Amino acid sequence: MLADKDRIFTNLYGLQDPGLEAAKKRGQWDNTKSILALGPDGIIDIMKKSGLRGRGGAGFPTGLKWSFMPKEVKERPHYLVVNADESEPGTCKDRDIMRHDPHTLVEGCLVASFAMRANACYIYVRGEFIREREALQRAVDEAYAAKLIGKNNIHGWDFDLYVHHGAGAYICGEETALLESLEGKKGQPRLKPPFPANVGLYGCPTTVNNVESIAVAPTIIRRGAEWFAGIGRPNNTGTKVFCISGHVNKPCNVEEEMGIPLRELIDRHAGGVRGGWDNLLAVIPGGASVPLMPKATCDDILMDFDSLKAVQTGLGTAAVIVMDKSTDVIKAIQRLAYFYKHESCGQCTPCREGTGWMWRVMTRMVKGDAQVSEIDLLQEVSKEIEGHTICALGDAAAWPIQGLIRHFRPEIEARIAAFSKMAAE
Amino acid sequence: MSLRRLAPPDVQPASFAFNAENAAWARDTIVKYPQGRQASAVISLLWRGQEQEGWVSHPMVESIARMLNMPFIRVLEVATFYTMFNLQPVGTHLVQVCTTTPCWLRGSDAVVDACKKHIHPHPHTVSADGKFSWMEVECLGACVNAPMLQIGSDFYEDIDGPITEKMIADLRAGKALKPGPQNARRSSEPEGGATSLTDASLYDGSMIGKYKVEPPAPPQPANTDADAKKPTKAASDRESPKQKPPGAAT
Repeated sequence: MLADKDRIFTNLYGLQDPGLEAAKKRGQWDNTKSILALGPDGIIDIMKKSGLRGRGGAGFPTGLKWSFMPKEVKERPHYLVVNADESEPGTCKDRDIMRHDPHTLVEGCLVASFAMRANACYIYVRGEFIREREALQRAVDEAYAAKLIGKNNIHGWDFDLYVHHGAGAYICGEETALLESLEGKKGQPRLKPPFPANVGLYGCPTTVNNVESIAVAPTIIRRGAEWFAGIGRPNNTGTKVFCISGHVNKPCNVEEEMGIPLRELIDRHAGGVRGGWDNLLAVIPGGASVPLMPKATCDDILMDFDSLKAVQTGLGTAAVIVMDKSTDVIKAIQRLAYFYKHESCGQCTPCREGTGWMWRVMTRMVKGDAQVSEIDLLQEVSKEIEGHTICALGDAAAWPIQGLIRHFRPEIEARIAAFSKMAAE
Repeated sequence: MSLRRLAPPDVQPASFAFNAENAAWARDTIVKYPQGRQASAVISLLWRGQEQEGWVSHPMVESIARMLNMPFIRVLEVATFYTMFNLQPVGTHLVQVCTTTPCWLRGSDAVVDACKKHIHPHPHTVSADGKFSWMEVECLGACVNAPMLQIGSDFYEDIDGPITEKMIADLRAGKALKPGPQNARRSSEPEGGATSLTDASLYDGSMIGKYKVEPPAPPQPANTDADAKKPTKAASDRESPKQKPPGAAT
């Protein structure tokens, strides 16, 4: 188990004051000038060595992403955009960072912007997080008042930080859709390339990072890349905020080391599975978009990118959704199919039409009102959606259904058989 | 995707204008974005308009399009794309119940039933007293406090059917509600007390100056001619076999 001294978000639960003075006492804004003294290349070098992989779901190495920005600012200014459009079902970690530990994020924005030679940063908060937005704005105002950021601040890097918000669109969590939305348009993803590091916000070089990826940066640099890389396993380093929801006795958020066994995570922090470990049916380990895993896999799986990939799922946002044996697993996935139907932006035909089609078939399968051959058809159509759209929402809609068919096919067949029997009588 | 259109003409108000406070706020918001990029403020302005009026009307879309120097259709497509914009009148208290899988697993059906019973059998319909309307929404991002709902700007977490009924009754009677978890929890910690972050030394000020940034290692001096690699003795060894003397057996 991770020791408290190795946790980055020391006010995750809001038991302490989120204000600037208390944040400083917890070690934030501690000689930030010495971080900037490393220079942009020094900072990016430490981030690369730390092995930090993006915390927004895809797990792309953060230091490498930062290094894609042009090395000098020409006629187009550079921007940092922080993705706080946290909408992946099961995920509620960025919310706690923004309302309880906002200064980790504000300081991280300064450090990351300096490393990428950006003088302005926008934080895009999801529209529903109204109180969280206010809390974050308070922290930004405090930092301005203390001259930690802004023009002529004490760190010697002119830096403006703006809090922006959306209005209820899951798709705006996709980085290019977020940029479109930030420009005042519908949030429909852009084709890549060009990548945002070349043509991003307002056509300027831009990096989009998740809240957690940015907020951990100052602590990593202060304590050294070796410290962060020493936690977890190679290629899966550091600490991570896990959100444990669903059928556990005590759902909670907790910061733990990467690669912690799933069972230990649930038993130690979430009070165990409702009705005991043997009452477990399945777990979605990384937010709604990743395939579920059955109990047999859960018994000894480690919670990190590579371990979960090896069992055909993913760490995603580390949002652990637990389902016990009382769960109608087909209904659980059908509800997710509805979510993707609702949230498809409508730009690409396979996703716009396919998410609705899959939801309708899934709805019939919940009742069992289907043919057994339709299971294969559903699998086939999900494969036609996956990888055939501009952004990953199509993939995200397909994967939970593929996971259901992979692990719970007998369940679906039994329900179809039961319905046919009932209809025949 | 869902089909979203502005309300029919007979429901639309004759005009829209920001009140003085919101108009000043709008001017401050527009300058947060670079010159020529005022369109970025469109979501913020529509949201402020909705906070003022309760819903987004046709005159509001027109007015904001003028303020931001945007074509009407560009603002309209934003208003209809983003689902938080109410395109028809709602109750004074808009109850938004999260029913996505993490909340559903923990009993959001009972919360929906409570809304059906005490507000209106149908979503998006203002209750008889005009005070409430309710709707199902997709994941609101408070999954470890499920089930939950949002009323106005606040989240109400760790609820169930009876708690929802009581909250609606309290609001109807004009009583204020306590936002956040409706049980003994403070926020997202495990119920009954945190299993981490209990080390008091994190909070006593001893963290200040505890970790120092290590200055980067000085650059290594470049190699000189003297460091150039020299051939070793092995380089002179013959690799071919020794010649045999003439007449030796083959």
